[in-house]
Amino acid sequence: MNKIAYYPGCSGQGTSEEYDRSSRAICKALGIDLVDIPDWSCCGSTPAHTVNHVLSAALSARNLALVEGMGLDTVTTPCPSCLTNLRTAAHKMENPEFRAKVNALLDVPCTKTIEAQSVLQILTENVDMTLIKSRVVKPLTGIKIACYYGCIMNRPPELMRFDHHENPMAMDNIMTALGAEVVPYPLKVECCGASFGIARGDIVARLSGKLLDAGRRLGADAFVTACPLCQMNLDMRQGQINDALHENFKIPVFYYTQLLGYALGLDRADLGFEKLCVDPRLALGRIKQPAQAS
Amino acid sequence: MRIGVFICHCGSNIAATVDCPSVAATALTYPDVVFSTDTMYACSEPGQDAIIQAVKEKNLDGVVVASCSPRMHEPTFRRAVERAGLNRYMFEMANIREHVSWIGKTKDLNTGKAAELVRMAVEKLRRDRPLLAKRFETTKRVLVIGGGVAGIQAALDCADGGLEVIMVEREQSIGGKMAKLDKTFPTVDCSSCVLGPKMVDVAQNPNITLYACSEIESVGGYVGNFQVTIRKKATYVDWNKCTGCGLCTEKCPSRKHPDTFNENLCNAPSINIPFPQAIPKKAAINPETCLMLTKGKCGLCAKVCPTKCIDFEQKDELINVDVGAVVVATGYDLFDWHKYPQYGEGRYPDVITSLQYERLLSASGPTGGHIKRPSDGKEPKNVVFIQCVGSRDKSVGRPYCSGFCCMYTAKQTILTKDHLPDSQSYVFYMDIRSPGKMYDEFVRRAMEEYGAQYVRGRVSMIYPKDDKLIVRGADTLIGTQVEVPADLVVLAVGVEAAHGAVQLGEKLRVAPDQYGFFVESHPKLKPVETNTAGVFLAGACQGPKDIPASVGQGSAAAAKALVLLSKKELESDPAVSRVNPARCVGCGKCAQTCPFGAIKMVEDRFGNPKAEVIDTVCQGCGICTVTCPQGAIQLEHFTDNQILAEVNALCPPKILANCE
Amino acid sequence: MQIFDLATADLDFIAEVEARSHQNVKNCYQCGNCTAGCPYNFAYDYSVSQIMRLIQTGQKEAVLKSRSLWLCGSCQSCTTRCPNNIDVATIMDVCRHMAREQGYATERNVKLFSDAFLHSVEKHGRAYELGLMTEYMTRSGRVFTDVDLAPTVLMRGKLPFKPHPIQGREQVTRIFERFRKGGINE
Repeated sequence: MNKIAYYPGCSGQGTSEEYDRSSRAICKALGIDLVDIPDWSCCGSTPAHTVNHVLSAALSARNLALVEGMGLDTVTTPCPSCLTNLRTAAHKMENPEFRAKVNALLDVPCTKTIEAQSVLQILTENVDMTLIKSRVVKPLTGIKIACYYGCIMNRPPELMRFDHHENPMAMDNIMTALGAEVVPYPLKVECCGASFGIARGDIVARLSGKLLDAGRRLGADAFVTACPLCQMNLDMRQGQINDALHENFKIPVFYYTQLLGYALGLDRADLGFEKLCVDPRLALGRIKQPAQAS
Repeated sequence: MRIGVFICHCGSNIAATVDCPSVAATALTYPDVVFSTDTMYACSEPGQDAIIQAVKEKNLDGVVVASCSPRMHEPTFRRAVERAGLNRYMFEMANIREHVSWIGKTKDLNTGKAAELVRMAVEKLRRDRPLLAKRFETTKRVLVIGGGVAGIQAALDCADGGLEVIMVEREQSIGGKMAKLDKTFPTVDCSSCVLGPKMVDVAQNPNITLYACSEIESVGGYVGNFQVTIRKKATYVDWNKCTGCGLCTEKCPSRKHPDTFNENLCNAPSINIPFPQAIPKKAAINPETCLMLTKGKCGLCAKVCPTKCIDFEQKDELINVDVGAVVVATGYDLFDWHKYPQYGEGRYPDVITSLQYERLLSASGPTGGHIKRPSDGKEPKNVVFIQCVGSRDKSVGRPYCSGFCCMYTAKQTILTKDHLPDSQSYVFYMDIRSPGKMYDEFVRRAMEEYGAQYVRGRVSMIYPKDDKLIVRGADTLIGTQVEVPADLVVLAVGVEAAHGAVQLGEKLRVAPDQYGFFVESHPKLKPVETNTAGVFLAGACQGPKDIPASVGQGSAAAAKALVLLSKKELESDPAVSRVNPARCVGCGKCAQTCPFGAIKMVEDRFGNPKAEVIDTVCQGCGICTVTCPQGAIQLEHFTDNQILAEVNALCPPKILANCE
Repeated sequence: MQIFDLATADLDFIAEVEARSHQNVKNCYQCGNCTAGCPYNFAYDYSVSQIMRLIQTGQKEAVLKSRSLWLCGSCQSCTTRCPNNIDVATIMDVCRHMAREQGYATERNVKLFSDAFLHSVEKHGRAYELGLMTEYMTRSGRVFTDVDLAPTVLMRGKLPFKPHPIQGREQVTRIFERFRKGGINE
């Protein structure tokens, strides 16, 4: 397979370090050739686009220009927020006027249109599901999972062009292929409260609390997610949510890459389960050993 | 030649941006123009009288009127010059309204352009010659396509008026959408009670021949003399012998197929009679699911049939009929609501369409008229109705209003309360459209007497929570988000053109609009006519319509057909193609390109092949004249010489020479 | 409740919102679908459809003062489900830009968090989570923000103590400098 530029995103070096690590591990295991962007910088995330669209695009475009310099035309990132910024910048720069405004802010101009895709999209579209199935050594039989995609992985559909904007199935299909039982989670694309965790924790408590409640009603043992911010709100802030809503949620929230790596039998050190705030051991314990499963 | 020119003000429509007296003065300088004036309304009675008077007083032998589009008033003015004693083809019209005053704002430029258009008309008129119409007889028989309420009304009125009627219905029974409804607004009377007798009348009327399970294969000919081929699809049942006893349908072992009459709410056997009041009440086999036809074994229906009418070898049959007029009444289909993924795309069984709800309400429906929700058969308490699903929504390509959803939703809330007194209905709406007689009072009754809770706002999503469906919408009057825990959600799905309408339109040479509805001849004054003479429209095939409007149009279309065929003979338009046999080399290219089959190849007395135009078939489109390599075919009233004269009037050859 | 004078509609404001968002706000027929889907609606002062209506009627002051602008999470529900294909989320974004430029910040802490985040990026080239938290807490005065999470987070090594400065951080700094000089409205 062709080489793909890899953009880990800032949180991949901090709060979602295990997502970065497990994403790299599964890509390696499934033959996806990632090449790190040398000296990448922050895409500006939500704060940049809420301040100014040219500034936001320029922060992303510096990285797109680096990908261009690598001689590659596709960049992948595990993080939907980075993805949205990279795609939006590339899309808006198709307008030459806008591109000129962006390039005026950059040392090195971005001249090409670079395609940005999530690691999930690369997995879904470039890797045959039968290959994934054939590589499963520890099927996830016995565990019930709610797949939560977050609000911007697939929206707006005209920009994101991946999966389904109301009922995405990419993670559901992967988890099913791994042997897990996937619950029909209805709030797949509802927002968790995004980056308001710090400034308006009350908002996150309410929105993420609703998501956790819907998963619990369906009997999910765990959530899987593909977004560092969603994961942080649902997992790290689960205690705060419990305090705010007088609840007692205790649902681990995995990155889908962690469970995929687990099923593929990858080195536990590459998966980072120890980084999760809600103890995942009970949920992982529901997974039947291959001998039991058969 | 002595030509008179009349420049119409059209009130202020033209005069506001065209200097009409100046155009009239300029026209007087054109060759052969001996009289020129401007007039406030040329089409009015005094306007027409002035034209007639001028023809007589000034001894005119040709008239130009510069006014509006010829579409509407060319016939008006032709009749006027005829009353003045001229041939109707010694008249030309210049369109200085749609082509000038309505599109340009600069008076100088408009006045100049108007004068040029008049000049073109004058130059054409100078080369006009009197033409005389031919007369031909008509077939006193009408084809009605579609057996819904509009088609039924048209067929009954035509038959009562003494015409023979051929009715072609695609489905197994006539009745259309109305046959599926429980009650009707605003009277809440039983739909099948009012429609049933009319359906029986169709079956009983000796003037009406009904072909069900049939479609239009092809249409040829022209007004008064259409040749139609009907494809009668194989039903695998000899309908001459079938008594509709229903024994076969009871015994059929293959019965797990969606019942389309019941909107897929239940299953139907492979041999079926769609509903008790079906007309014709005959059984038909679904060849896609029948075990005998798909796997070659079973044949139970043939064994139990008391009249031995099952025929697994039956084939489609083609039937040719001649008719004088056609009434198109093909109705509508429902918008596919799966284009709204936020409403579950079918994942939630208790989200249903309004027509499915009608079947749940109907005593002859799958639940015997008890409202039971599909998922678990429980009676719902909170019923949410969502309006404008596929109406007034650009994002799904349906920007138009479907017209009657507001009304049937109000009716359904009333019926819901009647069936389930403890229930509560909620209606999410954007605007209420209830302009018919007693309509708004009816909607108010739903709110005031039946307590339906009307919520002004759209619904953004539906999702399940335990055994409820959470409907999350907006109440824009409160100004915020609202949620209703619903037991059943009914989508007021919009109306779209019937599937296959566009293809049928091609056969009938009737144009569809961008959404597939047939285009009427004039939006106000010719609502049931089409631009193809002799083809009329009735009901929702022309645009969304409720029952009273469809019935009204059915009668209107019938009246038009009766008027047309009440004449002993029709006149053909003499502006048709004519072959100059001296120039024709008999290549036959014209006959090949003619879309109407109006050119036949004949031999002259020396045995040379020559083209010949069938006057009554030719529609005057002119394709043959540009196809003919010899210039041997000319379209009367639009000859090459006339068109070139118009071009020269606009771009005099002298100027062309200067350009070189 | 506030009374709006419809005759004093700020037409320049309407035009500016339309130009900067590339949207036609007149396309909105006030069905409320954006409000219906908005997860943040409960925290708003004006619902999204009301913001749209206020823009249509040229009520600049009311729009730019609205807290809703700052509480929009850019989740794209409104944009995705609008029956008139209006990119409502971008309109919210653009109004927030204008509010910021004109000195309105009715949700101060939300603005401070954004500022802290961007300062961090400007300084290091990447977001340094611990650093931006510290700056936010200092400026907002909310020194106890998320302290309850400290043991969990620190124990799991989720927040590195040092930033990851990049070689090209001056390039990033220059992006910000040129932006501030340029006075770009987009």
